[in-house]
Amino acid sequence: MQSKLGLDFKKVEYAKSIAANIAGSVQSFVEAYTTVAVERTLCRLMGIDGVDANQVPLPNVVVDHLNEKGVLSDGVLFYIANAMIATGKNPQEIAEAVAEGKLDLTKVSCTDAGKLLEVIKPVVDASVAKIRARRERREKYLNTIGEGSKPYLYVIVATGNIYEDVVQAEAAARQGADVIAVIRTTGQSLLDYVPYGATTEGFGGTFATQENFRIMRTALDKVGEELGRYIRLCNYCSGLCMPEIAIMGAFEGLDVMLNDALYGILFRDINMQRTLVDQFFSRVINGFAGVIINTGEDNYLTTADAYEEAHTVLASDLINEQLALLAGLKEEQMGLGHAFEMDPMLENGFLYELAQAQMTREIFPKATLKYMPPTKFMTGNIFRGHIQDALFNMIGIWTNQGIQLLGMPTEAIHTPFMSDRFLSIENAKYIFGNMKSIGDEVEFKEDGIVRNRAKLVLNNATELLEKIAGEGLFNALEKGMFADVKRPKNGGKGLAGVCQKSANYMNPFIKIMKGAR
Amino acid sequence: MSAGLYSTQAKDFDKTLDLTKVKPYGDTMNDGKVQLSFTLPVPCGAEACEAAKQLLKKMGLENPQVVFYKELTPGFTFFNCYGSSTVTVDYSNIYVPKVESNTMEMPETDEYIREHIGRKLVVIGASTGTDAHTVGIDAIMNMKGYAGHYGLERYDMIEAYNLGSQVPNEEFLAKAIELKADAILVSQTVTQKDVHIKNMTELIELMDAEGLRDKMIVVCGGPRITHELAKELGFDAGFGMNTYADDVASFICQEYVKRHNK
Repeated sequence: MQSKLGLDFKKVEYAKSIAANIAGSVQSFVEAYTTVAVERTLCRLMGIDGVDANQVPLPNVVVDHLNEKGVLSDGVLFYIANAMIATGKNPQEIAEAVAEGKLDLTKVSCTDAGKLLEVIKPVVDASVAKIRARRERREKYLNTIGEGSKPYLYVIVATGNIYEDVVQAEAAARQGADVIAVIRTTGQSLLDYVPYGATTEGFGGTFATQENFRIMRTALDKVGEELGRYIRLCNYCSGLCMPEIAIMGAFEGLDVMLNDALYGILFRDINMQRTLVDQFFSRVINGFAGVIINTGEDNYLTTADAYEEAHTVLASDLINEQLALLAGLKEEQMGLGHAFEMDPMLENGFLYELAQAQMTREIFPKATLKYMPPTKFMTGNIFRGHIQDALFNMIGIWTNQGIQLLGMPTEAIHTPFMSDRFLSIENAKYIFGNMKSIGDEVEFKEDGIVRNRAKLVLNNATELLEKIAGEGLFNALEKGMFADVKRPKNGGKGLAGVCQKSANYMNPFIKIMKGAR
Repeated sequence: MSAGLYSTQAKDFDKTLDLTKVKPYGDTMNDGKVQLSFTLPVPCGAEACEAAKQLLKKMGLENPQVVFYKELTPGFTFFNCYGSSTVTVDYSNIYVPKVESNTMEMPETDEYIREHIGRKLVVIGASTGTDAHTVGIDAIMNMKGYAGHYGLERYDMIEAYNLGSQVPNEEFLAKAIELKADAILVSQTVTQKDVHIKNMTELIELMDAEGLRDKMIVVCGGPRITHELAKELGFDAGFGMNTYADDVASFICQEYVKRHNK
């Protein structure tokens, strides 16, 4: 590929090779461990759903039951399969019996692994087929009614009430949105369970539940058919329930998932061992379900300075890419994140942003890059904010980004009004049409600001990766090498839910789903 | 030719500024010009425009003009409008409570603390309750600061601890006790359905119950926070828009000296 920036692709290859080493050493840790979230995900894959008399989701009931007995290291499938053989019940009936206190899974007699895999095979196959059917349904839509052109226009809805969200989402789709993200209610990422059923109350967002996914998916399919354009649905596969949200999304046909390997560690103080184990299984699922993952590098720049710390974004993108490859995600499904977050008063700031975006495009040529709008320097001046968003949109079309997360003039004031979304979509459509081919027409001059900036950021990112590789990712996080945030390996939320796998442990889904269609 | 631009209506108003009867200003004193945009949940059309105009009139705006309208989705119409305010305010009789401290620059504040207190002040901050946004507390506390105003971490004479976001009030206070905080900073960015009021009230109640309220300087901040609201909720000060680390640091050290030199 011809670089418009004069990037040295040998240097890019070198940076990717260091990132691969970093990811590789994380992976050997990941494969030896499981978490309560991974085990709950396996429960869901076994068809266990619903809640007990106290509204506790049955996957939590089963996993907590095993955790209390101190046998989680054997994994839920070991006990469920044994119980299936011993009782003749199906997994849902077994979970209900556990919930009613009628069954102690650890008291069931055990058989050998071959028989266990055999007894769960029909359930495993049914779940895999269900996810595959969902993916094929999306592919059929894309082949028949089609989709919007890239960059996809991505807007959020966040009323707290799923039914009101549907009204907002339909309006946004009609105005031209390609991706609807239902923002989660504040604090959901720290819940160690996924609430059940349709919800109508939330703060700054709406609970992610399987029923809410279903309601929104149905609405978007309807409006997509009406418009002749497939509308993608996005949610948040992050926090303490990462893989569980992934499986719910896979069952209900979500298309895009926020799914970052490091975000929860840095910004939600979730334990790093927990998140790194959880991200692997969630990405295996997302990969198989054909979901585009979005990574959260933009968040670094809300705490650290976007000009000075631009290389940390690239370094993190490179690590996220390698971790995603290890989980079998295709490059096209990688919505690696970056953002337009420099101080608008910075002289030539636009050129630095352009350099960053073009560089990211060239380093990850196949990725569906996720480009985040200005947020940090958005003020109550909605008029200037609208112009900041316009500059951001120019770079989006210029550098051929994959998903343009539209900025709202009222960022920093309230979650978007219906009219805010209209104005933002109008802004993006105008610029995307008016400047459509500018990227094909313009190259950057040798030794100019843009080329030199890209070179500098790549060099700095490579140096940082070398340091991280020397330390190992866990130590690097402890030392605050990302976003100026320091996190201890044995601190943070969710550590109690991590345990080493025993010889009995089994998870046939990884082999079936990883990198597969 | 656009009728709006060359309107000859209402040119006969009194053009002198009377601070007891202030009106919005477009391009002529007392023209009362106001711009609004809003959405009505009605189908787009002539009736929708008339509804918008009637709404403006009820808001006290005369000569209402709908300059732009557009269907957002069936059943919803967006408007940009102008009108002239018929109501006035008495500016000469306004009182707004403000934080009473002189804002000093960072070196000046450090010097002030050295001279009047003689040790570092311990300040802890967090975005508390369910609020996940760290933008505000970071702007005040991070080394780098915001818009050219260095954050508290950079002050020589302030020991600053930023606990991040979603910190429960109980945990926040426990940390304040552990670190022997002289001042605590609460940031609230997301304020839907007034969760921030409930959360901030709860903090003060907890402090009262623990007998901590008088032992620490308690400050809040955020885009929707005013000093008046902060005082009402029992805080010592509130910092809203366009206030920075220097304002917060100056208040804390001056308030500390005021309390301890009685």
